[in-house]
This record gives sequence, C-alpha cells and structure tokens, in this order.
Amino acid sequence: MMLKINDLRASIEGKEILRGINLEVKAGEVHAIMGPNGSGKSTLASVLAGREEYEVTGGEVLFDEKDLLDLAPEARAAEGIFLAFQYPVEIPGVTTINFLKTAVNEIRKYKGQPPLDAAQFLKMVREKAKLVSMNDSLLKRALNEGFSGGEKKRNEIFQMAVLEPKLAILDETDSGLDIDALRIVAEGVNTLRSPERATIVVTHYQRLLDYIVPDYVHVLYKGRIVKSGTKELALELEEKGYDWIKAEVDATMA
Amino acid sequence: MSTETIDLKSQLIADFNSREKAINGKAQTSFHQAKRKALHTFETLGFPTPRNEEWKYSNVKNLISQTYDFEAAHAITADLLNDVRIPNLSGNVLFFINGKYEAGLSTIVSPAEQLTILPLQEAVETQAEVFEAHFGTLADATTEAFTALNTAFAGEGLFLHVPAGAVVEQPVILHFINDTRQQNVGTQPRNLFIIEKNAELLITETFMTVGDAHSFTNSVTEIHMAPEARVQYYKVQNESDQAYHVGTTQVRVSDNGHFYAATVSLNGGFIRNNLNIALDGEHCEAFMYGLYFPDGKQHIDNHTIADHRKPNSQSNELYKGVLRGKSTGVFNGKIFVREDAQKTNAFQSCKNVVLSTEATMNTKPQLEIFADDVKCSHGTTTGQLDEEALFYMRSRGISKPEALSLLMFAFCEDVISQIKIESIREYLEGIILKKLS
Repeated sequence: MMLKINDLRASIEGKEILRGINLEVKAGEVHAIMGPNGSGKSTLASVLAGREEYEVTGGEVLFDEKDLLDLAPEARAAEGIFLAFQYPVEIPGVTTINFLKTAVNEIRKYKGQPPLDAAQFLKMVREKAKLVSMNDSLLKRALNEGFSGGEKKRNEIFQMAVLEPKLAILDETDSGLDIDALRIVAEGVNTLRSPERATIVVTHYQRLLDYIVPDYVHVLYKGRIVKSGTKELALELEEKGYDWIKAEVDATMA
Repeated sequence: MSTETIDLKSQLIADFNSREKAINGKAQTSFHQAKRKALHTFETLGFPTPRNEEWKYSNVKNLISQTYDFEAAHAITADLLNDVRIPNLSGNVLFFINGKYEAGLSTIVSPAEQLTILPLQEAVETQAEVFEAHFGTLADATTEAFTALNTAFAGEGLFLHVPAGAVVEQPVILHFINDTRQQNVGTQPRNLFIIEKNAELLITETFMTVGDAHSFTNSVTEIHMAPEARVQYYKVQNESDQAYHVGTTQVRVSDNGHFYAATVSLNGGFIRNNLNIALDGEHCEAFMYGLYFPDGKQHIDNHTIADHRKPNSQSNELYKGVLRGKSTGVFNGKIFVREDAQKTNAFQSCKNVVLSTEATMNTKPQLEIFADDVKCSHGTTTGQLDEEALFYMRSRGISKPEALSLLMFAFCEDVISQIKIESIREYLEGIILKKLS
C-alpha cells in the first residue's frame, strides 16, 4: 500500500473541514476525488502536501509505511509526494530553471545523492520539457510570472515530470483551462503514468476524467468520502449532479 | 571615588580648539574660517535629538554616549586589507585607515590627464581656486549638525577632479577602514569630487571596520557635476555591530547630466545615510537604488532627496530592505519639484520585507510639488514573507531555509542587478546569500 489514510481529521481556524477521511491508494492506481464546492477536496490535497495553515486534529496518514504527518512539506516532497497547485504561485526573481535545479538537488541531498552537474541537469530538463510540450523559453523566465493560466498548469506538470514523484496530487488542475490546454496537461499526466506511481486527481468536473481515466472515483462531501466507485460513478455525477448524493447523505445524517 | 564623564560634543570642541592653536599662521585662511564657522554652528545646534523631525526615528543617544579617538594609530597590514577589501575590484584603489590616507597602500592607475587625485589637505593649497569654488557649496553646514561637524574637521579625505571631456576608464575606489581593535575610533572623511563638462567617472566608497570597539564615521561627500557629466556612485557599508555611521552624499547634476547611485548597507550597528541630489539642469537623470539588511539590534536609516529645480528632468528611486531580529529601518524619501521644473518625471518606490515580529520599518515618502505639469509617483510597501510562495517552494522539496534565502535573494535581485560592476555585484551577492541563509 502506497498511501493509507485512516480517519483523517483537519481543521482551519477552529473549523473542522476533514471529518474522518479513509482512503487507500496502491502504486499504479489513479484515484479521482470529486465533490461539490466546499466539501474539503482541496483541503485534503493541502493536508497531504503539508500546508501548515491546516491543523490535523486526528487520524493518520501512512506513505510507504512512514508517518507522513510527521514530515515537513519539503521532506514529503523528497519522499515522493507532489502537489500540482490549483493556483501556482508567481515568484518574481527566481527563474523556473533555477527553482527546479534547487529542488532537484535538495531532494538529492535528502536522499544522500550528490547534486547533478549543470550539464546533466539541463539535458534532463530539456527531455522533460519536450515530454510535456513545455516551451523552453518559459524555463528562463521568472517562475510563473506573467504566465497564462494554461502555461502555469503546464509548468506544474513539467515540474512533476522533472521531480518524478511516486504520488502526484492534482488539485483542480482543470480549473481555468480551455479544452486544448486541458488535453495537453492530461497528456503530460498520462505520459508519466507507470506501475510504480500513483495519482490523485482532485476535480469538481468530470471532463478532466475523460482524459485522465481513473481506476477509482470517490465523492467527498462535508469532509467525508461518502461514495466510492469506478469511473462510471464520475459519469453518473456528470449526468445527475451532486444533489442526489447530498440528499442521500443529509438524510442519513439527519 | 569620582567618575569623570566627557561628552562627545565637549570633546570635539576642545579638540577643535587645540588643533586651531597648532596651525598658527593658517588660522586666517578662508578654509579655516569656514571650518571655524561650521564649528560654531555645530556648537549651537548640538547633536540632533528625536525631537528634530529629520531624526525622529534615529536616535543618536548611544552614538554620542561614547568618546572616540580621532587620531588613532592602526595596525592594518597589506595582508589584512586583502581580507576586508572587495576582491577583484581594480582601478584607482585608495585606502583611508582610521581616517588617514595611506598613500603607500593605495594605487593610482589613471593617467593625470584623466583625473587629479589628491588628499584633501593638499588640494586646499595646490588647487586653491577650484577648491574654494566648490568646497562646502553643496553640503549644508548651516542646519545639519553632522555636516557642520564634518566641515569643522575637514581635512582627511579626497579631492578629485576630472577635466572636461575626460572619460575615466578605471573606477575610483575609496576604502574607509576603521581599525577598532585597540580603542574606539572616530573618523570624519570629507570628499570633494568635481566632474567637469562631458566627463565620466565611476566612484565607489566602501566603509568597513576591523575590531570590536566602537567606530564612529561621520562622512560627507560632495559631487559637483558640470553639464553632460556622467557619474556612477556606489556606497557599500559592511561595518561591525559596534559601528555608528552618519554619511551624507550631496550631488548637483547639471544640464544633460546623468547620475546613478547604489547604496548597499550590509552591516552596521547604526547607519544614517543622506543622499541628496539636486537636479539643477534640464534633461538630467538621477537614479537611486538602495538595499539594506538590518538584523539583531541594528538600525539603518536612508534619507534621500531628489530636488528637481529645472524642467524636463527625471529621477527614479528604488530602495529595498529585509529586516530581521529586533532591527529597525527608516526610509525617508523626499521629492521636490520646484515651480520652474515643469515636465518633471519623478518616481520613488520603497519595498520592505519584515521577517521578524520584533523588527520595525518606518517609511515616509514626502512629495512637495510646486509645478503643475509633472509626473510623480511614490509607493512604499512593508510586508511579511509571502507564505504561499514559501510553501510552494517547500512542496517541491526545497528546505525552508533554502526557500527563504531564494525568495529573499529574488526580492533583492532587481536592485542587485542594477549594480554594473561585476566584482562589486559578486561581492554583494556572496555576502547577501550568506546573510539570507
């Protein structure tokens, strides 16, 4: 088992958002987390990546049998977790290439490996850029600064390709993308799929799942996974919306 | 048992009087009369207190509670100099140690037809006419106590003259080093730079200390620029936590002149920089960049003035600071646009990141505009670290300290990249990276 989440509870500013999440992800699998707005999808992604504004109030998360919640965000990244941000941050003054070089070498340092030299690094980065159709000229620009929405999301996938995480978490990667950008991003993700890696796709809409086909679909509502199924569940949600699930859950809760 | 307390003001006045006795026949020269007048001004004004609006956030109480040896011997060797100076920075390199010009350690490479470099004392006599026409005409020794004090003791420092049309290829680098390993040291460098018509010069002043006793530097630099003159001026401060520095750079730019300044305060206990530029001509440009990194209990204050006196000129200012520990910072940027100075463009920006809850930044932009057809803008921001950017970097495996240093370095980058001399830029980058990690 790559990822095992047991009864995970988390809150922000005293408000409980995750109210007992249980989820297991094996290597090679793609899981989609869907749900209405405000259900806790992005919170789950953030808590797994280690965002410090969230307070974990209960439960545990094991990643390759290690207690993930004990690790700083950078250690989680080094262990193989990658969060593709819903809103990638613009960082003026730091070029994408320099940023990634630092990241790669920090992770290598964590693993006790020597840093890559400039030539090795450049060669690797060029290959990965090609893989996700990332324009070389963007690499020399300040990280995400002045990038279009599509370029930012592509940059996320490019970073993922370079860092080769075991578990990639895509947080609403489809938001703000037109269909062409969506297809390119999805192609990037699919290229990186492998039996050793797993992906969690957090999304509100089904359309991304036309391109990144999940093995499992989970519906998050009010901080819990209230329904799990296969890709057919996503199609059903697309057709019927979330109201029927909300009604079902609210009825049992009442 | 009785304790004797000598306050700095009395010490300085007594010192002046005893020096005056020693010069005998020269007391009647106009140079000495100017000094005497300045002493009186200092005597009347006294050191500024926070009641003085210009010194509201910069209290010199600790500075003046010490006394200093203004004639201190030093034990600086050429080897030691190589450790403190900016590496690979070549040109006309001049060393002032404990205030005294060290000809033996200094190197002048530019040919005499490009520039005249003399110790100030010597220029008073050998360049009397040029000296008197310029000395003290820019720096205000009538209302500024520290400038008056410096003027009263003027003697150590550099006279530099670039004749019309000369493009000085090699930079002029003044290293002011205070050796405080034995005692408190006080110095009052006074520099007079005259750049004639269509001449070009690059000046660097560095201020450093060796040792742990207190250092007090009260420097004044006057830069006269004739029409079409072009000057780049760098000021780099890397002094100890026990060092007090009050420095005034007074510049006059004339028609079609181009002045560029970068002031980088890497370290120092108490720093007050005054950079005052008079844009006293049409179609001239002045650029002011600044960078400061106070930490611990350090205090760094930058006061700037862009005084637009004539039409069609431009000033552009960007200061940035990273504050840590219990440090305090001050930025006070004045822009004057006089009635005549139509079509002025004046821009000012000051941005700060405060990394500790105990550090404080005071910013005060001040615009006084008397012309109606001008473009002026100013903006100051003081904020905490961008937590979202920090998390973004950490989520990619970059450790918190490394991410912090990358972010802060990036924050400083638009000022650092303005530094056009590679060896200075590399020196600053090295120290700044070390400071930020």
